[in-house]
Amino acid sequence: MRYTPNSATVVRKMLQDIGLGSMAELYADIPDALKLSRPLQLGDGLTEMSLRGHLKTMAARNISVEDMPCFLGAGAYDHYIPAVLEQMLQRSEFYTAYTPYQPEISQGILQSIFEYQSLICELTGMEVANASMYDGASALAEAGIIACSVTRKLRVIVSETIHPEYLQTMKTYAKSGHMEIVTAPAKDGVTDAEALLPLIDGQIAALVVQQPNFFGNLEEIGRLEQAVHAQKGMLIMAVDPISLGILKSPAEWGVDIVAGEGQSLGNPLSFGGPYLGFMAVSEKNMRKMPGRIVGQSLDSDGKRSFVLTLQAREQHIRREKANSNICSNEALNALTASIYLTVIGPQGLRKIALRSHQLALYARDNLLKRGFKIKYDQPFFREFIVSCPDPAAINEKLLQHGIIGGYELQDGLMLAFTEKRTQSEIDRLIAVLGGELHA
Amino acid sequence: MPKLLIEKNVPGSNAFALPPCDLNMSPLEDSIPSQFLRQDAPRIPELSEVEAVRHYTELSHRAYGVDDGLYPLGSCTMKYNPKINEWAARLPGFAHVHPYQPARTVQGCLQLMSETEKMLCEIAGMDRFTLQPAAGAHGEMTGAMIIKAYHTHHQDHKRTKMLIPDSAHGTNPATTNVVGYKVVELKSNADGLIDLDDLRAKMDDEVAGLMLTNPNTLGLFEKDIDEIAKIVHGGGGLLYYDGANLNAIMGVARPGDMGFDIVHVNLHKTFSTPHGGGGPGSGPVGVKAFLADYLPMPLIKKEGEEYSLDYDRPLSIGRVRSFYGNFGVIVKAYAYILALGSEGIRDACEQAVLNANYLRIKLRDDYHIPFDRLCKHEFVATSRKQMEESHISTLDIAKRLMDYGYHPPTVYFPLIVKEALMVEPTETESRERLDDFIAAMQNIAQESRKTPDIVLSAPHSTVIKRIDEVQAARNPIVRW
Ligand SMILES: Cc1ncc(COP(=O)(O)O)c(C=O)c1O
Repeated sequence: MRYTPNSATVVRKMLQDIGLGSMAELYADIPDALKLSRPLQLGDGLTEMSLRGHLKTMAARNISVEDMPCFLGAGAYDHYIPAVLEQMLQRSEFYTAYTPYQPEISQGILQSIFEYQSLICELTGMEVANASMYDGASALAEAGIIACSVTRKLRVIVSETIHPEYLQTMKTYAKSGHMEIVTAPAKDGVTDAEALLPLIDGQIAALVVQQPNFFGNLEEIGRLEQAVHAQKGMLIMAVDPISLGILKSPAEWGVDIVAGEGQSLGNPLSFGGPYLGFMAVSEKNMRKMPGRIVGQSLDSDGKRSFVLTLQAREQHIRREKANSNICSNEALNALTASIYLTVIGPQGLRKIALRSHQLALYARDNLLKRGFKIKYDQPFFREFIVSCPDPAAINEKLLQHGIIGGYELQDGLMLAFTEKRTQSEIDRLIAVLGGELHA
Repeated sequence: MPKLLIEKNVPGSNAFALPPCDLNMSPLEDSIPSQFLRQDAPRIPELSEVEAVRHYTELSHRAYGVDDGLYPLGSCTMKYNPKINEWAARLPGFAHVHPYQPARTVQGCLQLMSETEKMLCEIAGMDRFTLQPAAGAHGEMTGAMIIKAYHTHHQDHKRTKMLIPDSAHGTNPATTNVVGYKVVELKSNADGLIDLDDLRAKMDDEVAGLMLTNPNTLGLFEKDIDEIAKIVHGGGGLLYYDGANLNAIMGVARPGDMGFDIVHVNLHKTFSTPHGGGGPGSGPVGVKAFLADYLPMPLIKKEGEEYSLDYDRPLSIGRVRSFYGNFGVIVKAYAYILALGSEGIRDACEQAVLNANYLRIKLRDDYHIPFDRLCKHEFVATSRKQMEESHISTLDIAKRLMDYGYHPPTVYFPLIVKEALMVEPTETESRERLDDFIAAMQNIAQESRKTPDIVLSAPHSTVIKRIDEVQAARNPIVRW
């Protein structure tokens, strides 16, 4: 299959037209010694029909959450994706465009980003959001860097209750020397405030917490927020946007930077990506934020219009003085989030959050009734851990019964519940678990 | 002027609902103490489904993608995005798979990633690839971190500088800062290439490496790359290849054969995955064998016919993000490479270079082309003539092009060329399209001489006129 429109005859004519005898002459500037002396070994090209067959076979080697109910979460959630999304996202004016550098021809994309920024602000209660980051982990890492830049300090204290992959990512970014990561221990599935408070001193640039945290539990932030701000540090919070249908917004917790994973807003699981990193800050830190930001302005006729703004922060202007190197981002995933929120509406978000929570409660109560132990006795949102000695074996057994089980921890299985799950699926889950576990 | 979503808010119009469920629930406060609960609902607009669909349809009418026409945005490789790839990424077996599922339930995903890695190794001439980075700049950061890890591992702590050509894309110097190195800028010579004497003078034992795009951002092949590699390696540095321009050489030459130790490739440029209005992209990073231990973890492992994720990599720089990469994007690139095969990859490359040279030669009478010689997949023109004649700038020309129905080229980059217009047609444009574009550019050149006001006040046919960008930045309104 080829996607080049010019036939061999046309190509010959074009070459002639510009005074060349062959394609090879187009590479006269590459020294022969550097040229590949053989064809690439990628095989023959496939026709679309063969390619389709091949890809279908390959996809069929995976089990998807369409085949089996899925109780996995841990940072990626199987929420329902309304049909409108697939249709709208296939409008190729959106997906075959690039960054809206030229506003006159890109108003639709710019407006959609402006609306996305507004929606993220509404959810989080913050004042300014950017046009997106790569994912939750890298967004959080960049949030840490911002805090160091704003406070001119290096120490970022990270609660061990955040997603372990977020912590690992932050540690990688910290190898730059632009921040230092200190971890604060967990106790009973939440941040151990008693152990953490003494760590908060004049050296702190930021404290990083996740709400709900990696284990699904809710973090009591109040005392921590006061302690961090008393030392002029910044409070950074990773949040799950779906939870904001019922949970207190980061702004209400006094957060300075919100950074998180927006996959759950209509983005398919897609084996881990592309997802949506989002970031929002208070207005005074707007000029420290990385990435694209769309602003509203007027055109020369006085019409409302949108344009990339505050670009003096970005790599193409600031070059080696830029705090972030982000250029391409996750714009289509941001658009996905906007369309998703538009389709489900304000009540829909609340209903989805509530149903997820209620199904999780239903599962927990029934597990307790059957004698299972729930690892932590904390308020949670839609995820909790059931204690068990060999989670891998249990997952295998669940699979044999047509269920994608939970996230394997050392001594427990973390189960996630979305509005897609049903009581009967949960009953089935518990029936399969039954007997095996209450030792 | 389309209304904003929030201006279309009609309470009671949204009918989204969940299936009935007879959970017998107590009040929320019984399970979540009230200090955790939201008091006010977020102000999300309420629209009916049909109005939501119309809203986004209306916005799409005010956007321009590759499917609308020529999109010669230099350095961005806006080639056609094959539709079968969109279908492929949406297959439930790819789109609806959780990243933490047991390995035996995701063998197809792992196989696809493993085979993509192998194909990228072959195309770039490298030994191993990570597919984790989410975009080009993310790949640069990963690569620069690998350089740092390598020197650190060899107890070479003096190296704190990175060499960056003055023609480099902004992400190169920004990346350098982001990983904690200092930028030392290399001068370009009169031919638009790296000045070897400048390189020799600046290469010392404090230099960690050199980041280079080849062909460079002028679209010119750095023919002295062999010598460049010798100088950098001789001084103990590593050579990094910014693969943004790989479309210009794929199938013809390989960064790995030119002495590059690390490369990133942009699946959203070279390998046809759509740019999504700004992303998602994917920026896999490849290395020579001696650097493989430093790659981010996990990598994909194959034992017998079994694929798995390999986390046992003690020298790894760690993760640069969660999970394994922008898998949905990788699916599309994989499909693209398979569709093209060895011959198709080379054909795409050749035709991209042909199209660029065709445009360059046809435009040279009307536009100043500072480095007017054989180029690769793109070239840089300027508005010098128009500026001298009628004070018409590159921006004016870009704006006028929209009236002719085109997305403008990249403007004012690279920085070393005044009033740059960077043109990259890609291989998926037909001669007819190119000729139409040439005619439009010629017309604009003529207008610039005869009726300059029409160019200076362009665009005339777009949904809005030029915007007050200064005001937008001075007094930012960034949400409703
Ligand atoms: C030469 C060059 N390097 C790096 C990048 C950054 O790539 P990305 O936008 O995928 O981060 C670009 C993007 O336009 C580029 O043109």
